[in-house]
Amino acid sequence: MEKIFLLLIFYFLTFVYIHPTSVNAQDNEIELGKSSKLCANCHGSKYYSFFNKVTEEQERKRMNPYFFIDTVKYLQGVHKNFSCDDCHAYEYRTYPHLAELKLEPKFSCIDCHGGDETFAKYQFDDIEKEVENSVHKTAFGFKFKCASCHDLHSYKPVARDENSMIKEIVISDNQMCLSCHNDLSKYQILTDHNSPELIKTHDWLPNQELHFLNVRCIECHTPTTDTLMVSHKILPKEEAVHLCADCHSTNTILRDKLYKYAVKQSRSDQGYYNSVILNEAYVIGANRNRYLNWISLIILGATLGGIFIHIIMRIIKKK
Amino acid sequence: MEKHKLYLYPVWLRVWHGINALCIILLMISGLSMQFGSIDYPLISFKTAVVMHNIAGTLAGFSYLFFIIGNFLSDNGMHYRFRVKGFVDRLTKQGMYYLSGYFKGEAKPFPISKENKFNPLQRGSYAITMYILMPITIVTGIGLFYPELIFDRIFEISGVQLTAVTHSIFGFFISIFLVIHLYVASIGKNPLRNYKSILNGYHEE
Repeated sequence: MEKIFLLLIFYFLTFVYIHPTSVNAQDNEIELGKSSKLCANCHGSKYYSFFNKVTEEQERKRMNPYFFIDTVKYLQGVHKNFSCDDCHAYEYRTYPHLAELKLEPKFSCIDCHGGDETFAKYQFDDIEKEVENSVHKTAFGFKFKCASCHDLHSYKPVARDENSMIKEIVISDNQMCLSCHNDLSKYQILTDHNSPELIKTHDWLPNQELHFLNVRCIECHTPTTDTLMVSHKILPKEEAVHLCADCHSTNTILRDKLYKYAVKQSRSDQGYYNSVILNEAYVIGANRNRYLNWISLIILGATLGGIFIHIIMRIIKKK
Repeated sequence: MEKHKLYLYPVWLRVWHGINALCIILLMISGLSMQFGSIDYPLISFKTAVVMHNIAGTLAGFSYLFFIIGNFLSDNGMHYRFRVKGFVDRLTKQGMYYLSGYFKGEAKPFPISKENKFNPLQRGSYAITMYILMPITIVTGIGLFYPELIFDRIFEISGVQLTAVTHSIFGFFISIFLVIHLYVASIGKNPLRNYKSILNGYHEE
């Protein structure tokens, strides 16, 4: 019970942190397009109203929460310049929506971003290859889509934003995993199985809460890759990192994962490898400051040298 | 010739000293292993080192508390106090004895007595270790044990980072103290005499 409570707090904090509700859409310079405003009249609110031609009455109903689109977050996301009908059928403009519209195929990221030089730096094609080999795609095939993890209506590339704090990256990325792994209703869209109990399956991990809040699930659940900013090949649990020293050592895998973008930045700015780890986070074993190392070695050397000379003097005098 | 014996180290002090020494050695080994261990050459496996460091650290913390209470209830605390006036001169005198007078067979500048069981160098270094290095290392250690207690950021630097670096630096100086302490204890006519004293409580001249 206590562990479930802990997970709920973790999830709640994660949710609250990346969902700033105090921002108004009006504060953003970009506004929804005319056609999107039409959709947002209903889908941008918890309630919608319409004139019922059958009863000839104005009706007010609750919006299905899964079809609610937070326009504030939409306008902060990477797809903010898109109109709803860029991705959804034009026929959605009429209400009631036609029943067959529910069957329209959804776009995958690669449908727009694949093979396009404009988005080459995001390496969508390489990401697709990794996803194909991930444990999710292997288990669920075509049912598993980019949108299963990435909310296209609010997605922001937090890890690529040089202004992002490491903690923001962790919360944002872990939220993607938790959106299924801590929500049975979404989890069971893909399977009838019960979601593994995260707290229980990670019982072996010392300082579990600290790890959950300070590193991303993918640090352990993806292989280290040189070519991609974020590996998308989620590994089977048996292949996940279990060795503490993989992170807690000088050659920490975190340098090629969580701190990748920031390390690249600081390498060019400051020229030494762990400056980011030194400033923003502390990972035992991974944080080594070369100056402190040198100073401590000099002090230790001087101490042992002094003792050695004293011993020699004692031996000489004894003779 | 009958040896002059002084009972300087009561049982509680010897028990504390033994536990403290053991804890510091375990903390040094596990701390070094965590800080400098690599995947290929771990001194001790990281997980074991963490458990070892946590247990030894907790024990060292309680042992320190025991030492403070012991000093408060007995007169042992007076040996860690010193008059600032002339202290540098006394330190220099003792230092010169170790560097030169000792080799010339000169008499100790500050002979050991019941009231004055530490020479000025011992008095100063023990006081700094027990009243500055140890408490700061223990407090930062508690902080790292419960990171939620630590400020998130202090002057744009991670609070945990600052606490950990402080912990490492002060822990390092305790280790340096231990090395010097162990060596200096061997200085004397018989190199093993002082080690024997801390076991049986009697100082022999």
